[in-house]
Order: sequence, then C-alpha cells, then structure tokens
Amino acid sequence: MTNPTPHHPREPYYQPVGHVVPLWLLFLVFFILMALTVVTVLAIQVNLGSLNIWIALGIAGVKAILVALFFMHLWWDKPFNSIVFISALAFLALFIGVVLVDTTSYQPVIIERPPPLLAK
Amino acid sequence: MDNPYLAHHFETPVQQYDSGKLGMWLFLATEILLFGGLFCAYTAYRANHPELFVWGHKFLDVNLGAFNTVVLLFSSLTMAWGVRCAQLGQRRGLMITLGLTLVCGGVFMGVKTIEYSSKIKHGLEWGKYYHPDPHYLAEHERPGSGEARHLPPVSATADSQAASVPAAFSPASQPLPSGLTAEPCKIPPPAVPPAGLYEYSTVSHETYEPKPLNGQIFFGIYYAMTGLHGIHVLVGMGIIAWLLVRSWRGEFSGAYFTPVDLGGLYWHLVDVIWIFLFPLLYLIH
Repeated sequence: MTNPTPHHPREPYYQPVGHVVPLWLLFLVFFILMALTVVTVLAIQVNLGSLNIWIALGIAGVKAILVALFFMHLWWDKPFNSIVFISALAFLALFIGVVLVDTTSYQPVIIERPPPLLAK
Repeated sequence: MDNPYLAHHFETPVQQYDSGKLGMWLFLATEILLFGGLFCAYTAYRANHPELFVWGHKFLDVNLGAFNTVVLLFSSLTMAWGVRCAQLGQRRGLMITLGLTLVCGGVFMGVKTIEYSSKIKHGLEWGKYYHPDPHYLAEHERPGSGEARHLPPVSATADSQAASVPAAFSPASQPLPSGLTAEPCKIPPPAVPPAGLYEYSTVSHETYEPKPLNGQIFFGIYYAMTGLHGIHVLVGMGIIAWLLVRSWRGEFSGAYFTPVDLGGLYWHLVDVIWIFLFPLLYLIH
C-alpha cells in the first residue's frame, strides 16, 4: 500500500490478491536448481555403491521442495495447501515403502529338500 | 474499488482465490498419486531385478535427459514469472513469459521424440513389441560399468554351432587320448543356468557382459513413466496456449489472475515429476 508495485501505466491496476513473488527470488531459486542439477549429474560419476540412488533422490527431493515452496508459492500460501501436498507425499511414501518391504520379503524356497519321488 | 471478478457466492476476493487454490492443490495431490503408482512399479521391479536397470539405463542418453531437466526448470521459472506479470497487470510481460514456457514445453517434447524414435528404430519397444537389434545391443553394452570379461578370440573357420563355445574349450585345442571320441553332451541344460538368469551376448565373442533377460520390462517401465509424463506436458502446453489466448485478450490483471496461477501450478507439478524421473531412469550408476 505504501510502496505500490510497478505496473504498465496504460493497463488498469487492481491491488493484487495475495503476495507477489519478487523477481530476484525467482532467479535465485532457478540458479540454485541449476546448480543442484549439475551436482546430481556429477555425483553419478563418483561410485558410492548402493548410496548413489539415495543421494540422487535426496538432491531431487531438495529441488522438488524448492520448486514447491517458491515457484508454487507454498512459502507464502495458507498452510492448508502445504498440508494437502505433504499428505499426498506421505501416503505415497507409505505406499512405496510397504511395497518395498513386501516385495523383498518373498522366499521362493522355504524348506530346502529334494522334491518327492513321483508314484509309478 | 469493488472487484468486478468477485462471484456472488464468495464473500471476499481473497476467499475466492484461496478456494480456487485449494481445489487445484487437491487435484495435484491426485496427480502425485497417479504417478506414484508407476513409481511403485519401478520400485518393486528395481528391488527385485537391479541388474535389469543397470543394463537398461545404458540405452538412455544422460545428456539429453539433463538438457530436458534444464529446459523444464527454465520453463518453471518463466511460468512463475508469468504469474507475477499477471498479478501486476503486465499484459505484454505475461504473453512473453507464457510464450517462452510454451516454447520450452515444445523443446522438451522434441527431445523426447528424438529419444523415442531412436529407440523404436532399434526395436527397443515395450513388452511384447520388444525386438532388439542385437548389433545395437552389443554396441551399447559398454564394458566400462559392468564386469566385462574377455574371452579368447574364436577362430574364423568355426561354424555357428561351435561359435558359441569359446575356442579354448573346442575339441581341436584339446586332443583326446587315442581310441576315444568326443560326443555332444546328452544332459539337457538346467532350466535356470548356473550363473542365474543371464544371457551372454551372442554377437561379440571378444567381450561378454551378462545381459539380463526381460529387457522388455525395463523399456515397458521407461515408456510408461516418460510417456504418461509426456502426455501431461502436452496437456500443460494446451492449457498454457489457452492462457496465452486469454492474456492476449487482456482478461488477466491484479484482480483476476487465478487461471494463470492454477495453470502454473499444474506446470510446476509436471516439472517436479520430471525432477524425480530423471535420476531414477537416467542416472543409474
């Protein structure tokens, strides 16, 4: 109100509903995302065994959080929108987690013994 | 100033805007769960058959995938910038940023087309349509990351039957004591070979690397995930094109920019999904 945001003089100006993201912040987040992409690609060259996938997913998670908070405006939004987003992710994590536990606990052979002879 | 865009069933413009946003976030939650089903298939298959993914990812070009990631991240920037322009009533800025986002989406689909067409040309399709060109497979089985072993070279006069047997074990190199003859083995091979469900490359005899069976499953998962994502990109491009037409007509301003905002949320979600697809499919060590 005391500091009116700039706008084109010929177009009608209404007070924007909600918060306007500063441009420098958008560019800052973009360059951080670029840097993280470069890190992800470079980290693959370093072989850390089974840790590789989790590091790559961790960096991807950070990038997703940055996009959600700043590009998707969650940082300034009502918290309920964040609750909707996080609960979708939480249920997805539960889904994938239980599937992983289930699928890796199959035992094809429980009792190791020779097969019974067929009756003649 | 009374906001002319306030619908009669809302009390304030803020309430109207918040309701729209909440509805969009609920839809995005369902989209996350939609892709979640495919991520679940990926998880289950990769947990049970990691060798299939280590083998399959070599056919995906990391550079193209990284380029696509950069393109989508830039399009997210221009989309968020477009929402800002709409809020400030900057019609020209809004049209330029929406146009840039649309172009980025087009570039992404173009790169996807290049990737898909090169795979389909070599027969790397999904499920029952998987008919790989064996020479293409051999070229791409780079001995770098796998455990490629070197066999002694096969002699040029060997026929196709004997060519599958390394020369060191052929009868000619190991003379039998007099009076004995060699016969082919009459014991049938086991259903599961001793080395597990691997198939050795039948094209190159100098090096061989375990080639897992069921390559069609990897490509089925690849095409399903990137294909569904590609459909979402196309839908997003349609939405942005429609927003571009509306912004050209001057329908957006600080009082009413909700369609741009909600379309932007959809586009950002498409970007977030690609952010996860890229390391899972392309960046397997």
